[in-house]
Amino acid sequence: MEEIFEGFATAAVLIARFDSALFEIVELSLRVSLTAVLISAVIGLPLGAAIAVARFRGRNFLIVCVNALMGLPPVVVGLLVYLNLSNAGPFGWLQLLYTPTAMIIAQIVLVTPIIVALARQFVEDANADYDEELRSIGVRGAAKLITLIVEVRHSLLTVVLAAFGRAIAEVGAVIIVGGNINHITRVMTTAIALETSKGELALALALGVILMMIAFAVNAMASLIKKIGPKSYGR
Amino acid sequence: MDGEHRASGNLQSRVVHESLILPVRIENLVYEIGKARIIDSLNLELSAGGCTAILGYNGAGKSVLLRLLHGLLTPSSGIIRWAGDFDPEFVRQRQSMVFQSPVLLRRSIEANIRYALTKRGFKGEHRAHRIETVLEQTNLSRIRHRQAMVLSGGERQRVAIARALAVEPEILFLDEPTASLDPAATIGIEDILVRARNEGRKLIMVTQSVGQAERLANDIVFMHHGQVTEHSLIEEFLATPKSPVAQAFIEGKLYK
Ligand SMILES: Nc1ncnc2c1ncn2[C@@H]1O[C@H](COP(=O)(O)OP(=O)(O)OP(=O)(O)O)[C@@H](O)[C@H]1O
Ligand SMILES: [Mg+2]
Repeated sequence: MEEIFEGFATAAVLIARFDSALFEIVELSLRVSLTAVLISAVIGLPLGAAIAVARFRGRNFLIVCVNALMGLPPVVVGLLVYLNLSNAGPFGWLQLLYTPTAMIIAQIVLVTPIIVALARQFVEDANADYDEELRSIGVRGAAKLITLIVEVRHSLLTVVLAAFGRAIAEVGAVIIVGGNINHITRVMTTAIALETSKGELALALALGVILMMIAFAVNAMASLIKKIGPKSYGR
Repeated sequence: MDGEHRASGNLQSRVVHESLILPVRIENLVYEIGKARIIDSLNLELSAGGCTAILGYNGAGKSVLLRLLHGLLTPSSGIIRWAGDFDPEFVRQRQSMVFQSPVLLRRSIEANIRYALTKRGFKGEHRAHRIETVLEQTNLSRIRHRQAMVLSGGERQRVAIARALAVEPEILFLDEPTASLDPAATIGIEDILVRARNEGRKLIMVTQSVGQAERLANDIVFMHHGQVTEHSLIEEFLATPKSPVAQAFIEGKLYK
């Protein structure tokens, strides 16, 4: 019991002192997950919106696939990316394994399906409401897609936040492709796993507290958008 | 005013401005959803100008007919023959529609109207002028910056009417446009519609109010079970409806 209290006390000191080892890890975590989510959003939002309004053969099958990919276990994603990036794999020559880039790729694979699937759902619902009105006015194609995306922008923002929440909290994929190398690929979740297994509770607790704070902030932002957004811009 | 004179005058395409797509001839129009015939071999001819009121009980197919005419639904069979051999998109651009439950964009009243104008190719001075005019006409100037989502049902309906009028359509489809308006707003909207009609625009309006039809319409199309049971001048319709179902409708009775 004493050990745990000591751990908390040391953790508090680490955070209060802006311990450099601690914040190096936090910074890398943020950098990796923000980059991954940004790239996923750039790919996923237009793709989801396009699937929402387009009618083509195999559309339903594609939607089922994307929805299934949403539930991919992170360790499986890690394994798949590992196989592709390892020396024996097709992209081995890029020498990306055990780099932050590999972790970014893994998180992109992990969260892009989430963004595509949820964006598709939101835009499709909006399209059901707006379709006739927009066709009546004479809005079609890309112009229609843009109007729909603008209309549901608050919902799409919460989708991106949810994706970020999943990316930063995930451990299975980044530990496989990043390897938890000190100063290079050690992020919050992998560090917590390692330090806890070593019995070094202070750093693990400090990181845990920060991770919780980030998760809390993301959720607070999402509910703020849900509350304020529609009021100031209309339903 | 001599109602009959006014009505017959208007039935004979006496239009103020140039009419391109009217008159329209609808021949053996059928619209099916699955096995259900929503529109059943419907024949109808509508002239340019004036106001045509479409009456009928709930579920008669009035809204579906408007959607077919506006090109939002494709007929299962039959033909809608506009005056010229036009591209469907061109025809739709000469029309605008106020839906039974209008959908507004999540932005201000003014921005909603500007959006429609911009997409219909209105620019600069002309667009600004149209916005001012319709805001004034629909009595929305004072709340022009209000967000669409916070509007009351009647206000939303007025925005939809303003937006449809703004684009200067040759045909204005109205699906129960005053259903959620208070009596004063109804009179206000009817005045606007009279003005639009007098400008030579064709109004094709679904209404549940025989009184409103009497105030605005030149001719009546009565629909029942997806068919037109009669198309007559308003005076004829009120004096001698040609079917028992129309008779019952005028008297406000249930018909089974
Ligand atoms: N998409 C659809 N799927 C199935 N049935 C439909 C569909 N659209 C319309 N209908 C049916 O077609 C019939 C005519 O509908 P419509 O909306 O044209 O009626 P209406 O005359 O406008 O009635 P109201 O006065 O209640 O507005 C109704 O029985 C309706 O249930
Ligand atoms: Mg209707």
